Amino acid sequence: MLTNPTFLFIQALNSLALGMNLFIIASGLTLIFGVLRVVNFAHGAFFMLGAYVSFSAATWTGSFWIGLAAAVAVLAACGWAIERGLLRLLYEREPLTQLLFTFALVLILGDVAKIVWGTDQHTVSYPPGLDGAVDLGIAYFPAYSLLLCLLGPAVAAGLWLLVEHTRWGRVMRAATEDREMVAALGIDASRVSAGVFAAGAALAGAGGALAAPRVALTPGMDATVIVDCFIIVIIGGLGSLWGSFLGALLLGFVTVFGVVLLPEAELVLPYLMMVGLLLWRPWGLFGREEVERA
Amino acid sequence: MRALGPAVAWVAAVGVLALVPALGSRYLMDLSIEVMIYALFALSLNILIGYAGNVSFGHAAYFAIGGYGSAILLTTCQWPLWLALPAAVALTALAALAVGYFCVRLSAIYFAMLTLAFGMLVWSAAFKWRSVTGGDDGFLGIALPGYLEQRWAFFYFTLAVVGASVALIRMICRSPFGRVLLAVRDNPLRAGFVGVDATRMRLLAFVFAGTFAGVAGSLFALYHRAIFSESAFWTESAQVLVMVLLGGAYSFLGPVLGAAVLHLLEVVINQHTEHWPLLLGLTLILLLLFLPDGLAGLLRRRNRRSG
Repeated sequence: MLTNPTFLFIQALNSLALGMNLFIIASGLTLIFGVLRVVNFAHGAFFMLGAYVSFSAATWTGSFWIGLAAAVAVLAACGWAIERGLLRLLYEREPLTQLLFTFALVLILGDVAKIVWGTDQHTVSYPPGLDGAVDLGIAYFPAYSLLLCLLGPAVAAGLWLLVEHTRWGRVMRAATEDREMVAALGIDASRVSAGVFAAGAALAGAGGALAAPRVALTPGMDATVIVDCFIIVIIGGLGSLWGSFLGALLLGFVTVFGVVLLPEAELVLPYLMMVGLLLWRPWGLFGREEVERA
Repeated sequence: MRALGPAVAWVAAVGVLALVPALGSRYLMDLSIEVMIYALFALSLNILIGYAGNVSFGHAAYFAIGGYGSAILLTTCQWPLWLALPAAVALTALAALAVGYFCVRLSAIYFAMLTLAFGMLVWSAAFKWRSVTGGDDGFLGIALPGYLEQRWAFFYFTLAVVGASVALIRMICRSPFGRVLLAVRDNPLRAGFVGVDATRMRLLAFVFAGTFAGVAGSLFALYHRAIFSESAFWTESAQVLVMVLLGGAYSFLGPVLGAAVLHLLEVVINQHTEHWPLLLGLTLILLLLFLPDGLAGLLRRRNRRSG
């Protein structure tokens, strides 16, 4: 199998598509952690809600793209409301409190999804024009997966520009370093936190909407995605955007090639990779040693 | 009086529990067995959280290793119970030692995440390794010795094992070792200055925590005569963490209280509605907002006010 270049090429593209979809979700997690220092267990639930919202919107309007936009808008609004209404009250507490809070969100959102969308399996169809395969010279490849391969780097570049080269990004980075100083300069740092949480949730929602045509929508689809996202941001280094990008690529390759080459051990491989990597670099590929905050 | 009070309370609690089978209700016996098992599980995790100050997100792994260990040794290997149970617990201790060796070097979030990864490693092994663990169907039909077939007999067996384990955990936490752990939790740097090897102390705490989780897991498997891979899934680790924090991590009995309240609530609420997760989530948020030290903290505050 491994000597067949066409096979390798296709599987590499598959890994890339999966990795990029995961990156879009995980980038929201790393953004939230990087700025707010909150480990968001509800990120998987945000992903699931994104998938469900896109399913409903796409069913009503008949357009996949409206579904995607709806998922982004609804999740951004949810993120904003959750941060403003509840999470904001817990920043001064020990980190454990915030972690428990996001776990409470997992339980609530999971049950809400069950109430609204039921326990039946739903599917979303591919957007028209992207449901076929494209001739890449070496082989045919699904057009939609190709779109994911391109969207991932685009999201990464967009986020990088936003964080490094806009005023909002500068304020955000400043608030990460010294919240009081930012406030002293007359900038409302608390709105930055709300924006970051909303953006993180929106990214998870977009990831969910983008994953929707490739997976079955069921309650509980959040439970494994969140672990994948944790693996990605941990091996990349908490809070590092490019670390997450690399982490997502690695996880994509390990998952896809694991299924093909070692089907018996396929589930174990991602965890083994994470454990091995952390033993080699305890703070992840791009991470810095975490200094405990007083 | 201060030293005598808790001891009297303990004897009284065990005495009251010992009377449960006399009431003749199998349902009540089942509930008490379940609460005892979860209480031990929560107490074991609190050795890490309350005493060592490390929050593990993969504690269910040791519960599951204990459960699968007992299941396999009793059923597949046909070992007698008196040999299988200690062997399964020893196996769990070894697993905790191996995992702890890597984890205790890391701080806070990385520690939590690495324990989560090891926990999921155990889950995926249990899920995939069909020939040994039964895979996603679970391990069914655990061979229980004849003398434990009767519910009341199993009840007293659980009471004895949990009682002895709780007494041991209390001894460990009260010992100089327990005090050193508190010192490491509160100020690792200073503990280091007076010659404490913080990493080694944390590792010991990790092994103790894993071992007692293994005891709880073994009892769980024997009680249900089955064990499933879900027992190692991360949501199970989160559940026991909620028990500890709901009850209050910074008191010895808090986790027991949390386990009892959470499990009984779950049983009661499940009889009326299927939306237990929703209610639990909402309750948790209210607790976090208004009751930061858990239920035990509430009791303590009430005592202080009245006394």
